[in-house]
Amino acid sequence: MTHILVPVKLVPDLVEELQIAGSGNALDMTWLRLIISEFDDHAIEQAIILKERSGGEVTVIAPDQEGMDDVLFTAAAKGADRITKLSGDFGEGFNNHALARAFASAVEGLAPDLILTGVQGNNDLDGSVGPCLAEYLGMAYVGYVAGVSLEGGKAVIKKEYPGGLIAEMEVALPAVLGIQAAEQPPRYVAVSKVRQMMKETSIVEIDAGDLDPSGGLDVSRMYLPEAAERAEMLQGNEKEVAARLVEIFKEIGVI
Amino acid sequence: MNNDIYVVIEHLRGQVADISYIMLAAGRDLARETGGKLAAVLLGQNAQALAENLAADQVLYGENAALAEFTSDAYQQALAGLISENQPRAAFFGSTTIGTDVAGTLSARLNIPLVSSCSKISDGMIVSQICGGKIMAETKLADTTTLITMIPGGYKPEQGRGGPPEVKPVPVSVADLKVALNQYIEPEVADVDITKEKVLISIGRGIQTADNIELAQALADLLGGAVSASRPVVDQGWLPTSRMVGKSGQRVKPKLYLALGISGAPEHVEGMADAENIIAINIDPGAPLFDVAKYGVNVDLFDLIDPLIEAIEAAK
Ligand SMILES: Cc1cc2nc3c(=O)[nH]c(=O)nc-3n(C[C@H](O)[C@H](O)[C@H](O)COP(=O)(O)OP(=O)(O)OC[C@H]3O[C@@H](n4cnc5c(N)ncnc54)[C@H](O)[C@@H]3O)c2cc1C
Repeated sequence: MTHILVPVKLVPDLVEELQIAGSGNALDMTWLRLIISEFDDHAIEQAIILKERSGGEVTVIAPDQEGMDDVLFTAAAKGADRITKLSGDFGEGFNNHALARAFASAVEGLAPDLILTGVQGNNDLDGSVGPCLAEYLGMAYVGYVAGVSLEGGKAVIKKEYPGGLIAEMEVALPAVLGIQAAEQPPRYVAVSKVRQMMKETSIVEIDAGDLDPSGGLDVSRMYLPEAAERAEMLQGNEKEVAARLVEIFKEIGVI
Repeated sequence: MNNDIYVVIEHLRGQVADISYIMLAAGRDLARETGGKLAAVLLGQNAQALAENLAADQVLYGENAALAEFTSDAYQQALAGLISENQPRAAFFGSTTIGTDVAGTLSARLNIPLVSSCSKISDGMIVSQICGGKIMAETKLADTTTLITMIPGGYKPEQGRGGPPEVKPVPVSVADLKVALNQYIEPEVADVDITKEKVLISIGRGIQTADNIELAQALADLLGGAVSASRPVVDQGWLPTSRMVGKSGQRVKPKLYLALGISGAPEHVEGMADAENIIAINIDPGAPLFDVAKYGVNVDLFDLIDPLIEAIEAAK
């Protein structure tokens, strides 16, 4: 039976205002709201689509970040068979090399045929998790994937190129794929179903041991963008702004 | 380790991608700091002619039948050999479907650092844009070869065009491949070619539902344009891929690009930064698109659309 593993992580919710920590070289984690990385959500969806289409089992694995339990129970409610959490020092920020190593050590016991993870996280700075994980496991990696089917020991994938061009590739299994978009948008599940999962399932914990961040970065400075030329902001109530926009449309000749 | 800077050239179906020239411009800035040579690394089969316009001191050309088309593991093997043998000071890759597949795995394989999403080299520092363009990060070159993935924005492709440079063949070895290209699938024929429109009303996640798209369509009809979108709108299945603007979609240069509820992530901006007049309407005063736009309106788009439609109708 095909076993699909989906490593996911939480990233800053970009709707919130982001701040720099006192150190000047990291994000301030105090008020940061974390949400599942959008592309990891697509990876979960793609795994469940594959399971529904051709059978198999889906395991979602994640580092023990604050708020992760909800994400894992939501994945179970969507159809993941097992939810697993890596315990370790994931509180104050960690790099993707360390996380990929932690995933890799856990993967050995799980023996997946296919690993699907988000192509990128919005806070990735030392590369993304997928390629590192593939390399630590000695598997092939292909990213920017928007479509997967399994055919006799191989994954046939659709890899996105700019402008809508697709490269259809074959990848020998086991392999790691960086998911850009699932074949369908991630499904929604009712909160009641997630609550039910909290009662019926439990999260398996795996000890990640000490994290090894080597190969990561020494960031000198983080700051908010200092735009050279910011937009001229139009002020006033909606009617006034609309009138000003019409003037601009006339100036540039589209009315 | 030496002080040379490598730029891994990206090309697809006989065309050098713009990001390659952008990387050469950035690589030149970095080579000036390190005092090394700027070398373009070109991999392919019968691809030597692609070296012609590269503004590099030298082109290292690796020829192999397995490199005729890009696959991640063939490129990775070829470059792992080249980089570990020659130990350049840094190597640039595109933050693209080609570059990120290779740079990420090389970082782990060679245990050397990778700096993602660099838009600019500034006084020898690698300046990256993360968190959808809301945070900048500066990193120094490490004590080992440093890999860098590059996004557009900081340089124009023309800055990396020049040549013809000296071409030096280099041996590359590739074996036991796990990834193979079956075929390219052409994009579906579009109902509307957004690259040809003079006016684009472009919608993002802020549009909230598929039904609301008709509001944008009404504006587009009044201004004689079309509706385009950011990636999440297309991923939701609300509009076809042909309407997507950005890294994975189209590059557009309309006279007017009116963005409704689009945050301005770098992947989106790379598709529309060259539009003549960008107007951003966003409820978040910190939306990065306000740093790109000519005019900005910090309001709820749903409060503005009706008055705007009325004002346009009155003006016509
Ligand atoms: C490899 C890769 C390739 C990608 N390629 C592309 C690409 O080609 N094109 C692309 O667009 N993206 C692409 N992306 C995704 C990109 O990173 C962003 O996630 C995406 O551009 C965000 O789209 P958005 O601005 O619509 O959504 P969000 O970032 O969620 O922004 C929504 C905005 O709407 C505003 N808003 C919400 N409600 C309202 C309201 N009522 N009134 C006014 N404003 C409101 C919010 O303040 C917010 O700024 C790519 C990502 C990756 C990893």
